[in-house]
Amino acid sequence: MNIPHESQIDGLFDLPVAFPPLMDEIPVAIALLSPDRQVVFINRALEALTGFVHHAVTGIPCAHVMRSNICLQHCPAARMTDVSEPVCINGDLINRDRQKIPIRVTFAPVRDMDGNLVGFMETLEDVRLLRDLDGKTGKAYSFGQLIGRSQQMERIFRILPVIAQSDSSVLITGETGTGKDFVAEAIHQASQRAKGPFVKINCGALPETLLESELFGHQKGAFTGAMENKPGRFRLAHNGTLYLTEIGDLPLSLQVKLLTFLDDKVVYPLGSTKGFHVNVRVIAATHRNLEQMVKEGRFREDLLFRLNVVRQHLPPLRERGDDIRLLLDHFLHHLASQFKKPIEGFSVKALRILRSYTYPGNVRELRNIVEYAVNICQEDQIQPKHLPAYLTEIKVPEAGNQAEAVEPSSSSAAAVAFENREVDLDWGAMERKMIMEALLKAKGRRSKAAGILGWGRSTLWRKMKQYGIAS
Amino acid sequence: MIERDMARKVLVTLYGNDVAPRFDLATEVLIAAVTADGAVLEEKTMVLPQASAEKLCHMVLTEEVEAVICGGIEQEYYEYLTWKRVNVIDSVAGCYEVVLERFGRGTLKAGDILYGKR
Repeated sequence: MNIPHESQIDGLFDLPVAFPPLMDEIPVAIALLSPDRQVVFINRALEALTGFVHHAVTGIPCAHVMRSNICLQHCPAARMTDVSEPVCINGDLINRDRQKIPIRVTFAPVRDMDGNLVGFMETLEDVRLLRDLDGKTGKAYSFGQLIGRSQQMERIFRILPVIAQSDSSVLITGETGTGKDFVAEAIHQASQRAKGPFVKINCGALPETLLESELFGHQKGAFTGAMENKPGRFRLAHNGTLYLTEIGDLPLSLQVKLLTFLDDKVVYPLGSTKGFHVNVRVIAATHRNLEQMVKEGRFREDLLFRLNVVRQHLPPLRERGDDIRLLLDHFLHHLASQFKKPIEGFSVKALRILRSYTYPGNVRELRNIVEYAVNICQEDQIQPKHLPAYLTEIKVPEAGNQAEAVEPSSSSAAAVAFENREVDLDWGAMERKMIMEALLKAKGRRSKAAGILGWGRSTLWRKMKQYGIAS
Repeated sequence: MIERDMARKVLVTLYGNDVAPRFDLATEVLIAAVTADGAVLEEKTMVLPQASAEKLCHMVLTEEVEAVICGGIEQEYYEYLTWKRVNVIDSVAGCYEVVLERFGRGTLKAGDILYGKR
């Protein structure tokens, strides 16, 4: 099967137009294939991408032209029928210059006027440029909008891309303000679903009746006021990710429906007996202790098992060691630039106060404090007087004053966190005291003490040398 | 073009009865000794447990083949085999029997598409 060079298209314009030159003007690589996947036509863009010329490859199996891993591993065209929908897959090809090129391929059936399958159209996009841009916009010590260089965060940055590439449900836990929303979005952006929608819903923000309709949709007439069909967030997130924040606040009745979806991938809108299949990845987040809620009968154990396929806990800021300084500098730089303030840094005393605070509101609170200070400060350095008053008040720590804690991941770090709020104490003495407490707790083992402090071993060794602490 | 009188040992990556489109994704290879008139003196087919360009390169060297006939191959592996003095004839497409015959006669070259040809 071959397209003659003089073939033309009628009915588009006032006069017939030649088909091959029209296709050659399209800047996207396109191949037309016969039903048995032999090349019928390739346009100029595909010639440029693969290195093959049109007249040399017509009539040969497309796998020998595209030379893509998709061809050999799971060609979707092999399974397509005349009622199939287009399919989009990421892969790579090797061109005639021996370069491996990452591509995104779309397969679509081509039908005649009666709807019968007559061939396929394969569209290839070179995604090298997009991947280069991703690399340039990435920053050191970061993943998405998360920033950190502590061991805990480095561990998280290493594992998040792996989590993103799987399609499993994810449960993100952590105190308020630790970045759960950023992690969820970062996972979506790094996943195969990045081109699809990212839909967020707060399960604690709506009453139960509205929440069901919001999540699963409703049929016209399902309740008073349901004037028309509503698709629901699950259907809006089709081919993308649905992020359920505050999953611990989801009512038990809706937990059942969510469980049904996770099992069957089908959603039943309110008032409808007809289910809709949706292709959605679920990411859930909570600051609550779901295991405790299961024991109390407030959360379904089987739903927890389904959501717990991949679990990522975000540590509180007080356990992240040097990250406090990194975040302070990051937000100061960003906010000073945003508010056009010529502020260059923190004074020594202000920094001492900020580093000694435990941030029960975590990163969100730290950012708010810096934003307050930047707004108030009219000098080139943040002084203690520019900080919120409550930071400089001496407080007695209350038992259980943290938000409902989830997984005490490294409770030993919390034990070493500052309980001494006497800001008049020299910072060096406070740090020395912290090191001694960690070493005592670790029974002299420096690796363990470094882990307790959230520092690298070399950082601990350097500080021990600085303070003259004997080995 | 290569002209020799003696049988030459060649490795062909296979995908069914055709030369495999990708060197790094091939799981089946044919190793044959081919005479100058294209006759195959001996041949054996080997199946790899999983596709691996590195393992294929290792096999090329351990089997002491003189030439590799394949489809697409990355520059890195092309250069490595060439450095090891293996003649790599890549971007070949067609049925392996036709390809071997041409190779034996010394008329096979990189980029040859031999579907529907003898």
